[in-house]
Amino acid sequence: MAKRVGLEVSVAVGDAAKLANVDVVAAYPITPQTHIVEHLAELVANGELRAAYIPVESEHSAMSACLGASAVGARTFTATASQGLELMHEVLYVASSLRLPIVMAVANRALSAPISIWCDHSDAMAVRDTGWIQIFVENGQEAVDNVICAFRIGEDRRVLLPVMIHLDGFSLSHMIEPIILPEQSEVDRFLPPYNPPLPLDPEKPVTVGAFAPPFIYTEVKWAQEMNLEAAKEVISECWQEFGKTFGRYYSPVESYRTEGAKVLLMTMGSLSETAMVAVDKMRSEGKEVGLIKLRLWRPFPFAELRQAVKDAEVLIVLDRALSFGGPGGPVCSEVKAALYREAKRPAVVGFVGGLGGRDISMADFEEMVSQGIKIAQTGSEREFEIFGVRE
Amino acid sequence: MAKAKVKTKAKAEGELSWKEIEIGCFITEPGNATEFRTGDWRSRKPVVDFSKCNKCTLCYYYCPEGCVAKTPEGYFEADLFYCKGCGICAEECPKDAITMVEEEK
Repeated sequence: MAKRVGLEVSVAVGDAAKLANVDVVAAYPITPQTHIVEHLAELVANGELRAAYIPVESEHSAMSACLGASAVGARTFTATASQGLELMHEVLYVASSLRLPIVMAVANRALSAPISIWCDHSDAMAVRDTGWIQIFVENGQEAVDNVICAFRIGEDRRVLLPVMIHLDGFSLSHMIEPIILPEQSEVDRFLPPYNPPLPLDPEKPVTVGAFAPPFIYTEVKWAQEMNLEAAKEVISECWQEFGKTFGRYYSPVESYRTEGAKVLLMTMGSLSETAMVAVDKMRSEGKEVGLIKLRLWRPFPFAELRQAVKDAEVLIVLDRALSFGGPGGPVCSEVKAALYREAKRPAVVGFVGGLGGRDISMADFEEMVSQGIKIAQTGSEREFEIFGVRE
Repeated sequence: MAKAKVKTKAKAEGELSWKEIEIGCFITEPGNATEFRTGDWRSRKPVVDFSKCNKCTLCYYYCPEGCVAKTPEGYFEADLFYCKGCGICAEECPKDAITMVEEEK
């Protein structure tokens, strides 16, 4: 029986990749992802993990090496953050378009300049259109569980897409948390070996990444979109199956104390934990406030989101990223788009906060709720609100 | 003249629905670039005056597309399925036997 132990989340993420029996790890260290790949390098060097560890000279090369490894049929893992993720950017599209189920842990971190090593979701949001599945976790256990799930989801013949597991830099990556690492035998039963339909094989040659003239490109892209869309079902199915096996359940949109809630907060990532405590406090004071936690960011769970917020009057969305010159935070604009065609929908108020590691406390969430309710009633001249900025 | 070997069993790429495309747009049949008609890029086509041709083979060697082939009579002619109309053969022909002629639309 698997025991609950105190582990640094980064180490546990590395252990999860080991439990998934990865064949290839190609990565370049960057704060706050470093401990994940350091740990994997150590496991490989010590002979505890039979895998090829490819040290590369940049993240662009890391993802490129992952492409090749995955294309020959290796189970492939990498991790990065922030500038590293941006340096990978163009290769990310290739991974998803070639339908290679690479799994990548992203220790979410702000983007330069000015240099910030601390958490926000700017890096994750900048790659939202690259065709990857993107899952946000809020604690170490979720990170471990979802790294294992990511391989099963991505490698499913109905999916065949790469998956990013987003864990907040420092506030998750460097925390020591009580974590249950599943037994190897349990993981082996849950996660079948990767069996790619068209691996690179000299015996049965294929051409990967050929060019596509205008008469076929649209069809290829639409097939990719339809596939990502269809992945939703497989993701939910995998989480159900994971729950049955390991007793921990996940879903694309999770609700916390939303029964009869007129006001809903919405968060993503580790701040959801603080928000839950804030909701407990507000509930104890008789306020009808609940919390929606968005776990699946791509493909976006439109139906689940509509269902989760349909009875609320006010929905307050916290984004940890700015879309410069745009409608505010990416999550909030997606939520607004999802609700646009609904006849009955809550008033949506968007806050951007928690940038570059700025903490959002329990009291901040309470403040956000009271400001949000006011804005929902009186309206605002702005498209969105910036939370906690000094005038 | 060598005919382009166009397979007819599969649909032409331009007729494929998004559901019929191989995963990741992989190409599973080696060498199937021969099925790709590059001849429709052409605005001018090479026309050979065989009475001037001395079968020197320069057009055969110079053709960047490799689409010039020997005819049963031993002359050389471009396969218009592939010929992009670059005009190099006409330029290089020492006998001026090749003329680039406007394609009729």
